Amino acid sequence: MEQRVAEPIATPEVQPTVWRTQSATILFVVMVVGLIVAPFFTYPLFLMQAMCFALFACAFNLLIGYVGLLSFGHALYFGWASYLSAYSAKAWGFTPELAILTGTATGAVLGLLAGSLAIRRQGIYFAMITLALAQMMFFFALQAKFTGGEDGIQAVPRGHLFGLIDLSKEMNMYIVVLVIFLAGFLFIYRIIHSPFGEVLKAIRENETRAISLGYKTDRYKLVAFVLSATLAGAAGGTKAIVLQLASLTDVNWPMSGEVVLMTLVGGLGTIFGPVLGSFIILVMQYKLAAVGEWVLVIQGVIFVACVLLFRRGIVGELANKLKIRL
Amino acid sequence: MFEIFGIPSNALFGQLLIGLINGSFYALLSLGLAVIFGMLNIINFSHGAQYMMGAFAAYLMLKYSGLGYWPALIIAPLLVGITGVIVERLFLQWLYKLDHLYGLLLTFGLALIIEGVARNQLGSAGLPYVVPDELRGGQNLGFMFLPNYRAWVIVASLTICIATWFIIERTRLGAYLRAATENPALVRAFGINVPRIITLTYGFGVALAAFAGVMAAPIYNVSPQMGSELIIVVFAVVVIGGMGSILGAIVTGFGLGVVEGLTKVFFPEASNTVIFVIMAIVLLVRPAGLFGRRA
Repeated sequence: MEQRVAEPIATPEVQPTVWRTQSATILFVVMVVGLIVAPFFTYPLFLMQAMCFALFACAFNLLIGYVGLLSFGHALYFGWASYLSAYSAKAWGFTPELAILTGTATGAVLGLLAGSLAIRRQGIYFAMITLALAQMMFFFALQAKFTGGEDGIQAVPRGHLFGLIDLSKEMNMYIVVLVIFLAGFLFIYRIIHSPFGEVLKAIRENETRAISLGYKTDRYKLVAFVLSATLAGAAGGTKAIVLQLASLTDVNWPMSGEVVLMTLVGGLGTIFGPVLGSFIILVMQYKLAAVGEWVLVIQGVIFVACVLLFRRGIVGELANKLKIRL
Repeated sequence: MFEIFGIPSNALFGQLLIGLINGSFYALLSLGLAVIFGMLNIINFSHGAQYMMGAFAAYLMLKYSGLGYWPALIIAPLLVGITGVIVERLFLQWLYKLDHLYGLLLTFGLALIIEGVARNQLGSAGLPYVVPDELRGGQNLGFMFLPNYRAWVIVASLTICIATWFIIERTRLGAYLRAATENPALVRAFGINVPRIITLTYGFGVALAAFAGVMAAPIYNVSPQMGSELIIVVFAVVVIGGMGSILGAIVTGFGLGVVEGLTKVFFPEASNTVIFVIMAIVLLVRPAGLFGRRA
């Protein structure tokens, strides 16, 4: 039985040049510069939202792309973090950095609980368990008083960062989101390229072998799960402060599907793929807002096309063509 | 009328009945999932959408061609089963050599397409479907009122479930199926057309979902999202029961429906979540599932 999720990218056979060995660094610089100049050309609010989703997708990709675990319930961490950030900022008057930390911690705790249950089963069951647990927590969110039911938590104050910097100014908020996104992105890059990350990849390729080499794979999987949920929480918390809203949309199953789609389009198991994927999907949603329900059909078609025609995703196909690692 | 634990018997048995009805659908759908997974190694995420297609097929037949419930009960599963065969030939057959997850992702995409088209064509409001004349009314059993249609649903789905179990476990065709699940290459060497068996199995599983959809139409409103919420619960049912055993899927489906119904009586707030909570407990106590074999 084939165990691999992300198809391995062929080792470069061509002579290594600066362009090839440093391709990830170069692309990272391009991305940073792009994100710094972008708000002068397009809506900062859209870019901030896209960066939150990009971080969310990167967090999700840490699991599917590098451990081979498909979580179909990542909306759970994103959505509940968004609720707790919004609530702590609005009802308890937390400053934005504390509110986002509250959301991040929510993601971590929920990740630990859900993860320790889900890793007890493998493969397809893992996906179904994560989906079912997320749906359970969706119903809790629907019934709990503090979430505001169908209305959600609206008009969340952005507040002052550290009590000093006014985040209701769009540019201040933008810089904060950019810093959070880049920090999260680099953190994930660091995880993937650490010895810990190598073990994760070994589990993805052949779990039985990793076990026989003496690794307690369940612990590695759980840590990876918690890390992923924590970062998803950071993304959700930031999103709640940026959009000043936490709602049922963030915890419901279509959100879990959306993050899968973003990552799949960009490229499972590539570092930049989820970022590109989330920007593409969000642009698509904005452009297609007028056609209403057809968005669902288009998303479905993209899913089918990605699975059948280009499983490596855009960045993965590109990296494969150019024989580089992205 | 009498009381049990301070609950009027009417309410208790009424919810028990609703539980059995829900259980019928859980059983039919998880049975279909198990049959498909056994042959194709794919978790059919579009199962809920195909259940909804069955209900809509019945609705549209009544509206445009005047074909009532009984013809729909045969024709709708056939039609939807044929679309299943097409889906398998067009898409799924390319995925068998890949990781399971791609099958899940592809069928999830199909579910989005089906649900999106249904919403566009028919709106997201629920549409009513009348109970057939023959099954109107009900029986007064003394301790509760039993609507005829609901009794029919329970009997029909039990019959279908047991028939499916019988075909798979006790007939020659079933033996081919089980053999092809264990070792497709060897079965092919005996001259049996395994790819065709796989295609027909998918068609059959999908037809089961559509059959459940037609039966559900008069009970719940026919709506595009009727399948997507149900399928997540059915996934939990499958995790609890394990997909190794056909009988396990049936028993777990009915059992969990009843538990859910009883929860509605004693602790209504938890009725939406009780199946997920049971799933969590089962994972803690018996990670392989109630009827599952350790992978």
